[in-house]
Amino acid sequence: MSHHDAFEPMGGKILTRPFVAAAVIFMLAAVLILKRFFVGLGPVSGMNDGFALGIWIAYDVVVGTAIGCGGYAVALLVYAFNRGHYHPLVRSALLTGAFGYTLAGTSVMIDLGRYWNTYNLFLPWRMNFNSALFEIAMCVMAYTAVLWVEFSPAIIEKFKPAWAAVVNRWMFVFIALGMLLPTMHQSSLGSLMIISGHKLSPLWQTTWLPAFFLITCIAMGYAMVVFESLWSSVGFGRPLETPMLARLAGIIPWLLGIYLAGRFVELASRGALGLAFQFNLCGVMFWIENILYIIPIVVLASAQRRGEPRTLFLSALSALFAGSIYRFNVYLVGLYPGFGWRYFPSSSELLITFGLISFEIMGYLFIVKQLSVLPKVEHA
Amino acid sequence: MDKTSRRGFMKVVAGGTLIAAGATPAHAFGPRETRKTPEEAIGILYDSTICIGCRACSAACKQRNGIQADTAAPAAPAGAAQPPGTIPGIWDKQEDLSPENYTVIQMHTDGAGGFGFMKKQCMHCIDPACMSACPVSAFSKDPETGIVSWNKNACIGCRYCFVACPFVVPRFEWNRAFPRVTKCELCKTTYTGLDCYAACCQSCPTGAALFGPREALLEEGRKRLALKPGAWHDYPIGHIKGAHSSAKQVAKAYNARIYGEKELGGTQVMILGSVPFEKLGLPAVGDVPNSAISEGLQHTLYKGMIAPLVLFAGLLAAAYRSTKQ
Repeated sequence: MSHHDAFEPMGGKILTRPFVAAAVIFMLAAVLILKRFFVGLGPVSGMNDGFALGIWIAYDVVVGTAIGCGGYAVALLVYAFNRGHYHPLVRSALLTGAFGYTLAGTSVMIDLGRYWNTYNLFLPWRMNFNSALFEIAMCVMAYTAVLWVEFSPAIIEKFKPAWAAVVNRWMFVFIALGMLLPTMHQSSLGSLMIISGHKLSPLWQTTWLPAFFLITCIAMGYAMVVFESLWSSVGFGRPLETPMLARLAGIIPWLLGIYLAGRFVELASRGALGLAFQFNLCGVMFWIENILYIIPIVVLASAQRRGEPRTLFLSALSALFAGSIYRFNVYLVGLYPGFGWRYFPSSSELLITFGLISFEIMGYLFIVKQLSVLPKVEHA
Repeated sequence: MDKTSRRGFMKVVAGGTLIAAGATPAHAFGPRETRKTPEEAIGILYDSTICIGCRACSAACKQRNGIQADTAAPAAPAGAAQPPGTIPGIWDKQEDLSPENYTVIQMHTDGAGGFGFMKKQCMHCIDPACMSACPVSAFSKDPETGIVSWNKNACIGCRYCFVACPFVVPRFEWNRAFPRVTKCELCKTTYTGLDCYAACCQSCPTGAALFGPREALLEEGRKRLALKPGAWHDYPIGHIKGAHSSAKQVAKAYNARIYGEKELGGTQVMILGSVPFEKLGLPAVGDVPNSAISEGLQHTLYKGMIAPLVLFAGLLAAAYRSTKQ
């Protein structure tokens, strides 16, 4: 099954203004990354012993891979639920995922204090199967590779068309892995914080974290596909794929509705809901998170509103922010290691993250211009 | 074709889920059993009420572990002159645990005019969260002594143990290119028994930090809990099985329990005090270790990898059918 007829490259020059701006930010970040390897993590970050994980994990890994779930979420639809008509959305979703996960992996290598020991993850006598992080490390590495394999037909079609038959023959294995692995590690990203125990506010600490992370990451995946498709259509001056995106976005209220019902029932059953009305930082962040979840549920429930590109775009954005703030709350805001511990990312730390995001944007722009990624427009 | 493959997928997944659900009672998602206390578990009983805050323990700890005293003067508060009595090069700076301080004595107020000392160090949990969390098994618990130690050859520096530790004990060398994770290991490399044991306890002049087998320490702790204010008690000094002790009068009633006897499955460093434990900076926690909660959940989901394999089989069938049509 070859799809070279369904997708097309955007063409156009590479060195546009946004590309150059991204390149400058990336180069500044590269200098700081180099500095980190000479002077340690302290001088380039705001992390400390109480908040030993910062935005490189909370944003780059936890949020970054969740918004990279577009490929996973669409694959579930196309292959597990056999909704083949969403196929045109697959490639760009896979590409965003591949960059999102590669960014996460790069951040981890910068963040790991004793990176030279990383090989221990592969030594059977060192593997700790009790550790949620071990499961995540293995799964994320494997899935990053799977994403690039899933995306490889776009590259092969251009450079080695003869290989396409072999790759496509075995692709179903990678497609299946591409649905299994995120189910495992996205839920484990929730399980990860269970062991922090009392240090995480009862507004977020629950054994339901894995289920909550899994269901919201799928919703974020669809939201990201909608967001990215509308954004690139406007950016490349292409017709909007609104009808297909509207149908896809119709799934979001279901997922988030079930999630939110479960979330509040679970909170109430533990008697923790009262904390939300204290209106301290945690209380306020809790409401911001949940109001941002409610917006797409209410707005996207109507087929008519889903049909308006602007409304669709903003609702998808709201779902993305909701899921991101939820993850920030679980990993940073809701965490109270004890009296006196504070964390706010330092400017170098932020710049490194911005630099990696810039690299992601540059890569995306380059690839969609050169390779057949975005759906082909039927020229009338 | 569409319908068949979807049905096929649903059949496999639903069947697998049913089998898994049938074999998985709801309580299976609950915590796994707490680890057993090692037979020869050793530890420390720290009695806040007889600690005089001399910090001999910290100094001895540094000496034993080959750590230089940090004699830089404390930084002056922003906009203020260097406070008097803080001449660089004289005092060892011991504010909190750090790569240079495996144990520190801190003074806490109870908010009502009273105060209490607190000895901070690794608690050597019976069911350590750091050990459960570490992806590369860099933390291990000695099967005999129960000492929790860190392996520099395994550690990848991910700092997940920092998130896991309920007492915020592990400390990182943030300002080094090749950092270590540091914490108290109960002077295990020099431990011989009654002659040489944890330096902090060996140097403690009052017996506030008392070394010994956990069982004996618990027994001693329970005796103290029963003492009324004004009563006299013979407090052992150094090692509970050692020869030294001193008789002291109990000033104030002890808190009703020994912190660490049951908390989070129990710890081998245990605390006695008369100031409420929360005021001494000890977290209010339940008896179930967090490691048991998270492992209980992970083990149920991933038991024998059955659930993931069933899901994979279903996904494989679905992907095969929809790509080959």
